[in-house]
Amino acid sequence: MDYEPVIGLETHVQLRTQSKMWCGCANAFGAPPNTHVCPVCLGLPGVLPVANDAALRLTVLTGLLLRCEIPPRAKFDRKNYFYPDMPKNYQLTQYDQPSAMGGYVEFEFQGRIERVRLTRIHLEEDVGKSFHFDRHSGVDFNRAGVPLLEIVSEPDLTSAEMAYAYLNALKDILIYGGVSDCDMEKGMVRCDVNVSVRPAGSRGLGAKIELKNLNSFSGVRQALEHEISRQIKVLNRGGALVQSTRRWDEVLGVTEEMRTKEDAHDYRYFPDPDLMPLEPTEAWLAEVREGVVELPLARKQRFMHDYQLPAADAQSFVDDPTLGDYFERIARGAANAKAVANWVINDLRARLADSGWGLHDLKFEPRGILELVGLVERGQLSHKLAQEVFAQMFRTGRSPAAIVKERRLAQVSDTAALEAFCDQALAAHPGPVNDYRSGKTAALNFLKGQVMKLSQGKANPALVGEILERKLREPTPSSS
Amino acid sequence: MWNRLTLTELAQRLAQRETSASEALAACWDRIQQVDPVLHAYLSCDIAEARLQAEAADRALASGATHREQPLLGVPISLKDIIAVREQPLTCGSKLLANFVSPYDAAVTEKLRAAGAVLFGRLNLDEFAMGSSTENSGFGPARNPWDPSRIPGGSSGGSAVAVAADECAAALGSDTGGSVRQPAACCGVVGLKPTYGRVSRYGLVAYASSLDQIGTLTKDVRDAATLLGAIGGHDPRDSTSVPQPVPDYTATLEQGVRGLKLGLPKEYFVGGLDPEVRAAVEAAVAQFQQLGAETIEISLPHTDYAIAAYYIIAPAEASANLARFDGVRYGSRVAGADLLELYQRTRGAGFGPEVKRRIILGTYVLSSGYYDAYYLRAQKVRTLIRQDFLEAFGTVDAILTPTTPSAAFPLGEKSDDPLRMYLEDIYTVSCNLAGICGLSLPCGFTRQPRLPIGLQLLGKPFGEATLLRLAYAYEQATSWHREKPPLPHAPERA
Ligand SMILES: [Zn+2]
Repeated sequence: MDYEPVIGLETHVQLRTQSKMWCGCANAFGAPPNTHVCPVCLGLPGVLPVANDAALRLTVLTGLLLRCEIPPRAKFDRKNYFYPDMPKNYQLTQYDQPSAMGGYVEFEFQGRIERVRLTRIHLEEDVGKSFHFDRHSGVDFNRAGVPLLEIVSEPDLTSAEMAYAYLNALKDILIYGGVSDCDMEKGMVRCDVNVSVRPAGSRGLGAKIELKNLNSFSGVRQALEHEISRQIKVLNRGGALVQSTRRWDEVLGVTEEMRTKEDAHDYRYFPDPDLMPLEPTEAWLAEVREGVVELPLARKQRFMHDYQLPAADAQSFVDDPTLGDYFERIARGAANAKAVANWVINDLRARLADSGWGLHDLKFEPRGILELVGLVERGQLSHKLAQEVFAQMFRTGRSPAAIVKERRLAQVSDTAALEAFCDQALAAHPGPVNDYRSGKTAALNFLKGQVMKLSQGKANPALVGEILERKLREPTPSSS
Repeated sequence: MWNRLTLTELAQRLAQRETSASEALAACWDRIQQVDPVLHAYLSCDIAEARLQAEAADRALASGATHREQPLLGVPISLKDIIAVREQPLTCGSKLLANFVSPYDAAVTEKLRAAGAVLFGRLNLDEFAMGSSTENSGFGPARNPWDPSRIPGGSSGGSAVAVAADECAAALGSDTGGSVRQPAACCGVVGLKPTYGRVSRYGLVAYASSLDQIGTLTKDVRDAATLLGAIGGHDPRDSTSVPQPVPDYTATLEQGVRGLKLGLPKEYFVGGLDPEVRAAVEAAVAQFQQLGAETIEISLPHTDYAIAAYYIIAPAEASANLARFDGVRYGSRVAGADLLELYQRTRGAGFGPEVKRRIILGTYVLSSGYYDAYYLRAQKVRTLIRQDFLEAFGTVDAILTPTTPSAAFPLGEKSDDPLRMYLEDIYTVSCNLAGICGLSLPCGFTRQPRLPIGLQLLGKPFGEATLLRLAYAYEQATSWHREKPPLPHAPERA
């Protein structure tokens, strides 16, 4: 029988805030253990949480970016369970009244635009990190209390590859919105995956298996590939699957059972009496709304449409938003946006990479690129020389016109001058002249090159070609 | 003798340089040496550190500091051992925290320091404030100064005893279901539970977060007004504290009660009320009438459900609040073969029976499948109880009731019967459920033995000024608050 997977993802994302969720400690990665801690995030007796407004704003902003409904009231609940990495032995989370409901993520996948619906987005606190040594264990509470977003998708995903694409799209959106840095190396994004398989085409759902502890997108893809084929194998052998939780072992590349439904936790959720319910005012929401940015996919589509760019160019400006913004500032007034894109993507990006500069270090005015494009288009500068001009413009910040004037680089399109150069070249190279006349038209290129040399590269190559051809068709002056 | 003065009197003497902070503290310390071996109001006292504070207060006084700026300058005040004081023990009356020292100050501690108080001693309590007799203390009960064979009330028993026995000028306690007012009644002092949100809970170890409020135990009403003025106010570290300005509670004390309306809830004057207590409260009603207040009977129809709702909500919150005491990061750890055994042994050895009972009760009512029937329903009842009060306050300025159904009972009398013990809070829990303010003050004595009786006044949210004004008028017209317990007692033979 053919089976198809049904996949839903719970994505945990650390928010980009200065301080932790309930206290003033820094939300920072990489400090020595237990240096970003205080009585509040250590859960000492008598302390109270105070909700970090910046985290609340980023949560609602995420909801707005993902087209969620923002309910008029949200609250925090206590999720009760004992674990040494959790200072209070309960985790504060939004259980039944989250900050954002519904919404969706749209992304390109296998040439189509896919839409994965979201169930909800809620805010909670991260826990500490356990370390196990030879004879004892330790907990680093630097991470405890860091604001953590959980983005729960509907089971709309149908393959490991699609889950991978969804996660990357989600990550791009969150980085775009300034919600999170999504640095996987620093554990800023972690996933739990729900996956079941069912006979292809059927509408029922198989036993839901949860995969825990996935901290890379490629890990999610691998784990899913492995787990889907495992489930199908079990069913094909006539076995049965039960609702359970499994751990992905990255090293062995297998999933192993942690617990089944029977020993599921009773978390005894109840509203946290230390925090007031959240009832966002219109003014507050309006402020948050100001942070809404264009999403990567929409941006790509707009760049392709408005500037007639090929997909690859548009994607470059999506991947590097500041470069894209820079491009837009120039391209808005340009007749040939594609030419501007070429300069920005090829030449500018390369020079930035070589010099280690950022866009804010640029010495020339953005309109310099526009001028450059104009000079080339009007035939006043060859592309080859234009690159030299660009290099100098990059180094000195001077305008292309000034550079061209100073270095007398302006392309020579004055026919009289060009005629003189051509006559000179023809006279100096009778061999190629004869070759051409006897049918070896390739000799024209050699002669063109000679003219360019004589003009120090300034001759307008198209005009030179025309003049040479005309002169070569004329009867030889010497033989008349 | 300086220890016998009220907070206000002592502050005046200090202001007039008739005594010094060091002398006042020494008088308290002498008194503690004299009476506390029997009363056991104090769990510990870092007298050396307190002397440094007193000396600093004396230096400030010498260099011209005034009580106008620092109303508590040089006044020795003690805190219930569940309110954090930096570098001092914070046992919460629990063996589990026997060696725990707080690294930080509670909000009220900071405020008291800013007002110039000399903070000394850690006061006895029922473990984690769970109890009505201080018998649940992990370190032995406190005893009633009027009769050491009797309980002082609880859970702020140590605070009430210390004030009643002149071991300090005033004290702070915490009141979750009556834990300030009930011991105040038992020991014959004034106990004030402010409106929920009036005083920051930051640094008060939580028992039931939605009900807990820090309150004052004082020798008279004016002291309560002064002390509340010092500790009240919004605190950004407590999201449930309310940004309401703190009035000068002492300024309105003497405005009298003429024209004020007092409600007498009929549900509070029924069976189970001791006849002597009833008589004392009725006499107080007559006294108020004589002073010009109007009294009318009112109804608080959901009163009967208050105890049940309280004993669902409070344990539910407590079960989560006390989860952090697991021996992993602090507290007395009892090792185990694995993590689960470590938890079980640590909590098994560290918590007393009443704390365990409430944790189990709370865990049960929050469990999947029971949540709606217990916790959710209790919250609904709570809303109805609050509505009862708000409705009543539409017609009356305050409500007058007994504080407890009877005077202090003998130690051990109810310790085997938790339910009877819970009924001790019958007149006080509604106030916490409704989030309003309440005050208990002495209104007489039983005859044989001679034990204090408490009168409770309940006020509107943030209606403390009216409560204090009423209480002050009554106190001026009576002399109960001037009576002192017959101390010292000889240590009791075992
Ligand atoms: Zn912290």
